[in-house]
Amino acid sequence: MPQSEHELRLRERLGRLKNLSLLGGAKLSGELERLQRQIDRIGEEATDEEIWRKVELARHPERPYTLDYIARLVEDWFELHGDRALGDDGAMIAGLGKFAGRTIAVVGQQKGRDIHERQKRRFGMPNPEGYRKAMHVMELADRHGFPIVTLVDTPGAYPGVVAEQHGQGAAIAASQATMARLTVPTVACVIGEGGSGGAIAIALADRVLMQENAIYSVISPEGCASILWRDAGQAKKAAAAFRPDAIHCLELGVIDDVVPEPKGGAQIDHDMAARLLGEALRDTLGELDGIPGDELRRRRRARFRRLGVYA
Amino acid sequence: MAKIDVSVETGDQPAPPPSHPNTCPSCHSHYRDDELERELWVCTQCGHHFPMRARPRIASLADPGSFVEEAADLHSEDPLHFFDLRPYTERLAEAEMKTGLADAMVIGRAAIDGRNTMLAVMDFAFMGGSMGSVVGEKFSRACDLAAETGTPLISVTSSGGARMQEGILALMQLPKTVAAVEDLRDSGQALVSVMAHPTTGGVLASFATLGDVLLAEPNALMSFAGPRVVQEITREKLPDDFGRAEQNVRYGQIDAIVPRPQLRSTLSRLLRLFDAPE
Repeated sequence: MPQSEHELRLRERLGRLKNLSLLGGAKLSGELERLQRQIDRIGEEATDEEIWRKVELARHPERPYTLDYIARLVEDWFELHGDRALGDDGAMIAGLGKFAGRTIAVVGQQKGRDIHERQKRRFGMPNPEGYRKAMHVMELADRHGFPIVTLVDTPGAYPGVVAEQHGQGAAIAASQATMARLTVPTVACVIGEGGSGGAIAIALADRVLMQENAIYSVISPEGCASILWRDAGQAKKAAAAFRPDAIHCLELGVIDDVVPEPKGGAQIDHDMAARLLGEALRDTLGELDGIPGDELRRRRRARFRRLGVYA
Repeated sequence: MAKIDVSVETGDQPAPPPSHPNTCPSCHSHYRDDELERELWVCTQCGHHFPMRARPRIASLADPGSFVEEAADLHSEDPLHFFDLRPYTERLAEAEMKTGLADAMVIGRAAIDGRNTMLAVMDFAFMGGSMGSVVGEKFSRACDLAAETGTPLISVTSSGGARMQEGILALMQLPKTVAAVEDLRDSGQALVSVMAHPTTGGVLASFATLGDVLLAEPNALMSFAGPRVVQEITREKLPDDFGRAEQNVRYGQIDAIVPRPQLRSTLSRLLRLFDAPE
């Protein structure tokens, strides 16, 4: 689709929003600002080389992970463990803490730094137990009215024999369904790799953000290349074809905003990356303040039900 | 680390050794077209379930003349101008020529033994039953129609997963269909999910496993990741029935396996139990 068409669509949306009569408690001004920012960004469409650079940055071994952000942004963090049925999955983090003056729940995949931790965290690829822990904590937050922040960073759900026996597909579906029922404000941010079903399981949120150098895709570039080109070495070509970068996701309406990173990528300055993410999360949660729970849920479902291109 | 590919294969799986499509891969019995059709594409010798296309599936379930198709004209667009070895638009056109369908799902109203229901039936012959924008939209509309008309929804799935050629929008059909199921639930209507071979990847990880009742056809593969991917990534020895319906019953993931000749009567009983209006 030519760039101008995207811009046209966004301008249309902007126009529509400006004419909408304000719903009680809704904060449209944030929405208007965001759309204006989106329009400004669309000129920045990435080249094939830039897209591949983002794939590399999203997977950079020194990129901040979920716990790095929690340590910098969440006060009084209390991690919760276990799915109450089978075990505790190290690839999924869940817990409570204070953010912007109130209690929130944070859920996110966690990769490891050294070999030992990488194995323990299964490279950020959750088992069904991880998704069930996430659901358990999201339901807890819902009962107590705590807003939920999810941080998405996974190559995908773990493709293991036992994971399948324990219902990997069903767990991913159920986690999405849980999010579709929540009545508290929810914000998801892709902070690294947003890999397929393993990512969307915790990303059915009121607002979906993506860091500037994160990627979000239906399949890994390597997986796509090995199926469609029958050669995993064609990953670069595959990435250029399906464009997993944030600007593209923004153009398609898959995400609502792009969170800036320090120049050169989040791995260069974890503190600054956390500050920028914190600001975005605070603003976005602020926009959702005061919207009644059933209205949040109605809009959240409607947001996702709009996605798709057909004639 | 090994890069994973979470099973969104779309029908381009390595082909089994070439044999006639009417030859049973399990016991090698051979059938004429009309014999297979009469037996609902089930091998009379060993019970192997051949793939069943969407239209004959609907004909085998719905009361004669009761099926009214909805949203038949929805066509996929090519939001990414996707081009792998061939353009996506060409693959779509070819699939339409081959199947006579506009996409991989057929939806509509029907009656089973006089009880009204909505049907959403997938066709693996259309690009491996992959779920893109059209499948997501059709399934969502089926949910809404079921809610509006106060009838249950029966889905029959057969899909390799999300349609890669639609990129991230294909992934978004997972939350889209999940949200539609939740709306259906709020309306008080039931979803009965029948999983035929194969129901994998993004379809398994969205609406197919959210049914109030989960049924599967014998030996249907129902895994999130395909066996090849699991083998490559984990180097684990796979059990013989890895991801199959039988394993899923054993591990408590589904309610029952229903052989195809009993599917219609089973669904009829369920409609009665969920009190679908006559």
